[in-house]
Amino acid sequence: MQTNGAGLIVRLLERQGITTIPGIPGGASLPLYDALHGSAIRHVLARHEQGAGFIAQGMARATGVPAVCLGTSGPGATNLLTAIADAKLDSIPLVAITGQVPRAMMGTDAFQEIDTYGLTIPITKHNYLVSSARELLHVIPEAFRIATSDRPGPVVIDVPKDVQLEAITVDAWPEPGRADPATDCTSADVLGAVALLEDARRPVLLIGAGVIAAGASDLVRRLAERGSIPVAATLLGLGAMPAHHPLFLGMVGMHAARATNLILEECDLLVGLGIRFDDRATGKAAEFCPHARILHVDVDASELGKIKTPTLGIQADVGAALRAFMAQINPRPRPAWSARVAELRAAHRLAMPGADDTCRPYGLVRAVAALAGDDVIVTSDVGQHQMWVAQAFPFTRPRQWLTSGGLGTMGFGLPAAIGAALACPDRRVVCFTGDGSLLMNIQELATAAEEKVRVTVILLDNAHLGLVRQQQELFYGGRFHASRFVAAPDFAAIARGFGVEAYDLATASRPAAVLAHALETPGPCLVRVPIAAEANVYPMVRPGGPNREMIDRDAPVSRATASDDTENGGDDARPTP
Amino acid sequence: MRHTISVLVENEFGVLSRVAGLFSGRGYNIDCLSVAETLDPSVSRITLVTTGDDTVLAQITKQLNKLVSIIRVSDFKDTEHVERELVLIKVTADERTRGEVMNIVSIFRGKVVDVSAHSYIVEITGNQEKIAAILQLLKPLGIVEIVRTGRVAMFRGARTLAGGGTDEKENVA
Repeated sequence: MQTNGAGLIVRLLERQGITTIPGIPGGASLPLYDALHGSAIRHVLARHEQGAGFIAQGMARATGVPAVCLGTSGPGATNLLTAIADAKLDSIPLVAITGQVPRAMMGTDAFQEIDTYGLTIPITKHNYLVSSARELLHVIPEAFRIATSDRPGPVVIDVPKDVQLEAITVDAWPEPGRADPATDCTSADVLGAVALLEDARRPVLLIGAGVIAAGASDLVRRLAERGSIPVAATLLGLGAMPAHHPLFLGMVGMHAARATNLILEECDLLVGLGIRFDDRATGKAAEFCPHARILHVDVDASELGKIKTPTLGIQADVGAALRAFMAQINPRPRPAWSARVAELRAAHRLAMPGADDTCRPYGLVRAVAALAGDDVIVTSDVGQHQMWVAQAFPFTRPRQWLTSGGLGTMGFGLPAAIGAALACPDRRVVCFTGDGSLLMNIQELATAAEEKVRVTVILLDNAHLGLVRQQQELFYGGRFHASRFVAAPDFAAIARGFGVEAYDLATASRPAAVLAHALETPGPCLVRVPIAAEANVYPMVRPGGPNREMIDRDAPVSRATASDDTENGGDDARPTP
Repeated sequence: MRHTISVLVENEFGVLSRVAGLFSGRGYNIDCLSVAETLDPSVSRITLVTTGDDTVLAQITKQLNKLVSIIRVSDFKDTEHVERELVLIKVTADERTRGEVMNIVSIFRGKVVDVSAHSYIVEITGNQEKIAAILQLLKPLGIVEIVRTGRVAMFRGARTLAGGGTDEKENVA
């Protein structure tokens, strides 16, 4: 076959099974777009490259299949960086292809030239600067193999324009890149793990994104049921265990139900599955699960012992490990521990004030959940609304909940929802967002309107950077600064201006009916819900504090001042729950 | 704690950036660094010395192992190994000091590789103690400039970085 580098890329992507690519064209990627012109691949024109990156992330997060996004050189590449870094921290398989100036002009500060390769080294799993069309034959499949193998992550392929234009004859096509076989655990590891589990009187499973990436949700549930072991989840582990399951404790950490953190405080064995002991989950790491031995299973060896030294660390695919454990674990009731867990849960439930009121945070989340049903996919932005959803939405399956956990990127929600809707056209997608977050990628409403995606944006509008405001109230003596938006945009009017249906619950006489209608709209739709600026997320562990010390709604005393915030050193200038 | 770390890498552009980035991203300085190709020209060997907390170094070593372009990583800490560095020392050498410089160089089994009316260039190879000692002795005589290659290191006995002998990955786990 006679083609050029650009044609080769498109053909290899087709062979890889790629059907939809979000992106924005530019001078250095025009040959690639010329090749896409004749391809069956559907190009989704984003309105900002960060939007394109998050649309691809939404596709990948909703399906587990690697997704591709395109950007041109220079600003196209720099605009992609946030979405790439976000994929790195949350281990999302993403392949970003960028145009680059012709090789002869590289290093001359040419128009729209930037060192994409150098910029993306620390935020990718791997990256390439391609120096010939022939290289693409191994680079493209290898990029997909790397993005999906073991711990998934983003890969960048930077392709100079002259390489895109270089003529090439291809005689034989490489096999599409697939994930390497899952890493098994050794029999010694299995013996050790089983011994720890059998020895434990008060075990808890803590599950994270690694469980979802490994497709091990059912195994987690079966292990929990067989051993009568309660299960807590990290923010990114939500959905891996059905929320209504009697053994499920909900989210752990900074905004967990008090009971959940107290149960972890009392456990004698913490089984960490596909987790990385993030500080928002552990609180002060040295005081996390103080009485517990730790069994940590993760496919990434560098996570074992990074934050907490495990009693036994097992580098393996979580699914492979759980299958091996299950073969050797006998059913075991733990009546004393189950009773203690039930007692703590009864005494320290998550308080959800306003749970019956559609116009208050918990009530809104519950109402959307009830109306949208189990089939819905939920994305969020970052801030208070994200935590309210994490606390209150009854997730029932993995890949139902897509949120920016590690990087905590405001602006994630809307484009990720578009991506999820493109990848799963049979499902409704709800994006919970805040006014601060939505403004960070609001231009993607145009993409949503153009693609007619089934995305319902639920905007919790408190005219504040709410979580910043909350931290200023609790930890900075109420000295509010730069957390209030004085100019309040008319979001419903803006959405309509983009061609998106919009409703404002502030003026709705029957809010629940409006919400129900919005969730049945065939295309994109926005519902603005005014939220009191004073509504805070509780309980809350102060950044750097131990999880057992939670600040409650009833007594939001400033127990900690900014100067106490030693571990995180006031790193919370932006809402990163 | 000082660590000497050797890394076998694919001999291609950008690999040094990847390796260096793991140190700079954690605020760790690389005290010295040497890079050159091995017997196999497609493979390079990086040897670097860094000072830092053992836990962080263990983390960096694990992160190095994750890089796609990295073949082998070994921390020489607590291993039987040989370390050497080559230093060129430009030292003042006039009628008054020339003899003393020659004496010191010969005691340390160094070489004078350039002679001019007022200076010598001395070539010396050795471990850290030896190099520190000769620098200390030559300093009062007038060192004008030095250049060091950075350290290289090799396991003693049959063990090799590429994988002969015991598996060095276990040292860093």
